[in-house]
Amino acid sequence: MPVSTIGPFKLEYFQVLNEKGEIDKKLDPGLSNEELLKLYRAMVLGRETDERLLKLQRQGRLGTLPVCFGQEAASAGAVMAMKDSDWFVGAYRELSGRLMRGESIENPMLIYNGLEEGNMIKTSPRTLPIAIVLASQIPQAVGLGYSIKMKQEKDTAVVTFFGDGSTSEGDFHEAMNFASVWKVPVVFLCQNNSWAISTPLKKQMASETIAQKAIAYNMPSVQVDGNDALAVYKATREAIDRAYAGEGPSFIEAVTYRMNVHTTADDPTKYRKDDEVAMWAEKDPITRFRAYLGKKKIWNDEKEDALRKEIRDEIAAAVKNYEEPRQYKPDAPFDFIYGTEVEAIEEQRAEFLENFKKDVTNG
Amino acid sequence: MAKLNMIQAINRALHEEMAKDDSVLVMGQDVGVNGGVFRATDGLYKEYGEDRSIDTPLAESAIMGTAIGMAIGGLKPVAEIQFSGFAYLIMGQLEANAARMRTRSRGALTVPLVVRMPYGGGIRALEHHSESKETYFAHTQGVKTVIPSSPRAARSLLIGAIRDPDPVIFMEPKFIYRAFREDVPDEEEVGELGKARILQEGNDITVISWGAMLYRTRKAIETLKEEKGYSIELIDLQTIAPMDATTIAESVKKTGRCVVIQEAQKTLGPASEIIAIINDKALMYLEAPVKRIGMYDLVMPYFHRENWYIPSDGRIRRAIEETLDF
Ligand SMILES: Cc1ncc(C[n+]2csc(CCOP(=O)(O)OP(=O)(O)O)c2C)c(N)n1
Ligand SMILES: [Mg+2]
Repeated sequence: MPVSTIGPFKLEYFQVLNEKGEIDKKLDPGLSNEELLKLYRAMVLGRETDERLLKLQRQGRLGTLPVCFGQEAASAGAVMAMKDSDWFVGAYRELSGRLMRGESIENPMLIYNGLEEGNMIKTSPRTLPIAIVLASQIPQAVGLGYSIKMKQEKDTAVVTFFGDGSTSEGDFHEAMNFASVWKVPVVFLCQNNSWAISTPLKKQMASETIAQKAIAYNMPSVQVDGNDALAVYKATREAIDRAYAGEGPSFIEAVTYRMNVHTTADDPTKYRKDDEVAMWAEKDPITRFRAYLGKKKIWNDEKEDALRKEIRDEIAAAVKNYEEPRQYKPDAPFDFIYGTEVEAIEEQRAEFLENFKKDVTNG
Repeated sequence: MAKLNMIQAINRALHEEMAKDDSVLVMGQDVGVNGGVFRATDGLYKEYGEDRSIDTPLAESAIMGTAIGMAIGGLKPVAEIQFSGFAYLIMGQLEANAARMRTRSRGALTVPLVVRMPYGGGIRALEHHSESKETYFAHTQGVKTVIPSSPRAARSLLIGAIRDPDPVIFMEPKFIYRAFREDVPDEEEVGELGKARILQEGNDITVISWGAMLYRTRKAIETLKEEKGYSIELIDLQTIAPMDATTIAESVKKTGRCVVIQEAQKTLGPASEIIAIINDKALMYLEAPVKRIGMYDLVMPYFHRENWYIPSDGRIRRAIEETLDF
């Protein structure tokens, strides 16, 4: 028997907007001017909010938080392709995308000040809370995909987000396998930002790309410039359309970069060089998008200034509102532990309130 | 003699054991170049290179599973799980293999390894960074679970754990990583696993705790002693499993009263077992019911509410006084 080739396993990479904001006409996904401006605003809002949160943290007004600076295009581009009825199953580095899903600026302030109250988006029940246990959200996305199939929900998909490091977890591979076996409407979107805290991609995996991992699961897969919102949008649009059409899961590797600290507790000078960061600064997702809008003659400095002011005012108002003194119900954890009334829990609530009175309010 | 905080003491123990024994290595997420997110493995990468200070890919189950293989193969891995909140992902390998290999092979194959992990609350961290779930590990027969409560104890118990012939879960109370310093002698000290230590002798009541709660309890006791002149016997449990029943029972026989303070949720926590031991071995000596103080039976709240839920100084004091007044 002659040796035969099993498959060519083709894998493509694309970029729509280059670093200078020049568009590849053949790949233009054709968003309207209004949509382009919406996407731009979402990225700027994400950036400005991220910067403000970091400042608040450094001033001691917030606890430890992850920083999303530089990764705005990856989640905003994807959310641009989603409807409210699609499920958003994220990790913690998708601030722009979450704000676009309707999250209020106060939500992250609540979460990063230790309050569960910030976890759900009132207007968007199909946006799951941030997932801190890495990759644990990915199988959940597959289960949601299964529920969509079972309930025969039309034109509904799940988009799940995770980092490069998270693809080393069993949960990632197990979820990919389930998704392809079950043929569920799920889009796997990996934000490859080169680092998992101090661990560089090279130590994380011997694979040349992350996108190629999907080939093993027989899943359509593509690698895109993750700092190019239009490329991420296009790849997600196509993946969601396949999901809507009943063609099952898809994979997208968005190549981006973590420009700042992993979280505010991290010190990147211990493990990476400034030139690498400087090189990536040239590929900033917002700068190139703005240049593109300028070339299209739908944007100028005046509009930019107005937008920045509007967004900063919005953030300032949110901070002010958030910092208004208010009492968060001390015994709220007792309200949500079970869906049924449990005697022992109610007994402990009484004990808690007694102790709270003595210890906290000095009663 | 050096005055070290707990992180420095742990770091020191790792340096000492790696220098002495070529088969000892550290592995885990960010333990190499970065020296660990709390800097517990700082300097090991420089000193012993990447083969003995391994930045692993991001997969807890594989860290545990490969460590088991290494241990069977004659190495002594000291694995780090970045936070105990991610250690549930090691449970399959721990229970199915690390815990059972000795029994399964009738002693032919052993798994001498250590898994270190910071645990516990009070540092204003994100979700999954503040739990005390020692019970999960303590209920894994064949595995030893150790919790140090001071720098000197951390250094000696970690060395003891590395030299122990069994898999050891070494839980580090991160609230007191840098809370205080203690004299750590230059000479080697090898902590004995499975032994509680009496930190302070007394006759009126036995108070038992471990980890960060012990630190808090100690302060509460000092004020009680000063204000009221009680004679309190304080026991640092140190090893959650296997538990030192003798030290517990002997102390309670002497004092007739006991309070247990744990950071873990109340139901089925180590305190429940301590009370069962007292019931078995010292019931007739009791002059008051044994009290246990712990976190309520809830999901650990995020940090805004955290300190209302972790046993407070006031709760500890009141429990001791109520038991004394009974
Ligand atoms: C299961 C699990 N293990 C470890 C951690 C600790 N941790 C938090 S973020 C992180 C790195 C994640 O890297 P990556 O998946 O690339 O996402 P990024 O942070 O770069 O967005 C680690 C190790 C965790 N949160 N969950
Ligand atoms: Mg990453």
